[in-house]
Amino acid sequence: MTGATQIETTFREEHGRILAALISQLGDFALAEDALQDALVNALERWEVDGVPRNPGAWLMAVAKRRAIDRLRRAALQERRAVILDPLDTQDEPEMDDTIPDDRLKLMFTCCHPALALEAQVALTLHTLGGLSTQEVARAFLVPVPTMAQRLARARSKIREAGIPYRVPPAELLPERLDALLAVIYLIFNEGYVASSGDTLTRRELCAEAIRLGRVLVALLPELQSAEARGLLALMLLHDSRREARLDATGEIVLLDQQDRTCWDQAKIREGTAVLDEALALNDPGPYQVQAAISALHAEALTPEATDWRQIAALYDTLAKMAPSVVVEVNRAVATAMAFGAPAGLQMLLRLEGQADGYYPYHAACADLLRRTDQREPAAHAYQRALDLCGNVAERAYLQRRLDEMLNLEGYKKQ
Amino acid sequence: MKYMLLMYSNEAEMPKLTPDELKDLQQDWYTYMKEAEAAGVLVDNNGLSHVATATTVRVRNGKTLTTDGPFAETHEQLAGFSIFNCKDLDEAIGWAARVPTAKYGSIEIRTLYLQK
Repeated sequence: MTGATQIETTFREEHGRILAALISQLGDFALAEDALQDALVNALERWEVDGVPRNPGAWLMAVAKRRAIDRLRRAALQERRAVILDPLDTQDEPEMDDTIPDDRLKLMFTCCHPALALEAQVALTLHTLGGLSTQEVARAFLVPVPTMAQRLARARSKIREAGIPYRVPPAELLPERLDALLAVIYLIFNEGYVASSGDTLTRRELCAEAIRLGRVLVALLPELQSAEARGLLALMLLHDSRREARLDATGEIVLLDQQDRTCWDQAKIREGTAVLDEALALNDPGPYQVQAAISALHAEALTPEATDWRQIAALYDTLAKMAPSVVVEVNRAVATAMAFGAPAGLQMLLRLEGQADGYYPYHAACADLLRRTDQREPAAHAYQRALDLCGNVAERAYLQRRLDEMLNLEGYKKQ
Repeated sequence: MKYMLLMYSNEAEMPKLTPDELKDLQQDWYTYMKEAEAAGVLVDNNGLSHVATATTVRVRNGKTLTTDGPFAETHEQLAGFSIFNCKDLDEAIGWAARVPTAKYGSIEIRTLYLQK
């Protein structure tokens, strides 16, 4: 590792932890961020010359505290009044503390507070906990840097002005706030996993960052409250195991049943499955665990034919009760068709009529099941409707091929 | 921190309440304010008279323009306010969620600019 990359890795790894501890000590989000920024600039200059210190985190923490004091003194001078700087002011050179308390959970809950806009929650989480620079967050979400800088500044000022607390929420608020936190982490993951735009490298980084945040969360939450966090981590690991098989050489999406399963990352599948087992052992079921279980069943099948569709269909039944949505219903119908035959699935889909009109997978699923039950004309109609709505090249190619098939067969029959 | 809870509701919807519902609502307000007082967070609170009685004033080029009605035509009107002394936004959200009219309208939470 070169000096520069080692410094960068250290920054990334230590950023969230140091910032979280600094906010606790200073009681001021913005001051902590500014002081850490100063320390990072300082480190960049010093470490290039002296090398990375033995405990870089403690070094950054000590320097950041000193910079915070400097900033407070300067501010006090400007206001021409004395400032009381209790515990911090008592020592000129703060000691190097090897054990930085881990307050990242507080920081996560503050960044994902529902009083902040969702896009601000995501940006703030990546910036403070992931150590991504404003430029990097802006690039990941394809917004101009000044826009992202403003979004972050506004979020920071709302935290201060509105009195958003810096703490792990009390028991009565925890379930609701934890849901919001998990949603933000999953959103970051999905942004990297299914993003329709942005370069591959940034996308990969977002997935890695979401998984890292998931691990931190699982490590810091009380075990009894961690089932869904573990479920989410398992889900992300299992999805990510298929990363290499999911895109072809031209960057287009390859559908699950056509993926080269030898490209699936077995280490990630093993880890994902193990994390899921830990989650399930806690006996506190939730939608992330169910989705992870579905993903695990796909991961365990060596061939598409070996997929345990009956179990998957049953899991979708459960998911539909826990977190009802059109997306779940369409997947549930497809799984039912795979497990119990096309007519059963088709029946479920037809019940959704009117609710899913703008959702192309609905029309694609209808079309496939109509085709398999020999209803060619309605199938052709549904393929056309799906094609009209679908923007994905690989999916479009599939839908077009099927549509042509239906039309040719129909022409043949009429002759 | 001092928070102002601005209570918005649709005045047109209010007459639709049955006498019993109205009575319950009044009782709920009374209980709510008693609780806020007992918790030591209540600084001030009041309801506003009907929006039909509102007058809006603007000064333009030194001239006072007075018009009938509220500043903006929206489907929810400011109906009352409370000022609470809370330790953080979560506590203020907790009080806002218990405002009796939160079930019908919405509560906007703002901190006071001067926290004296």
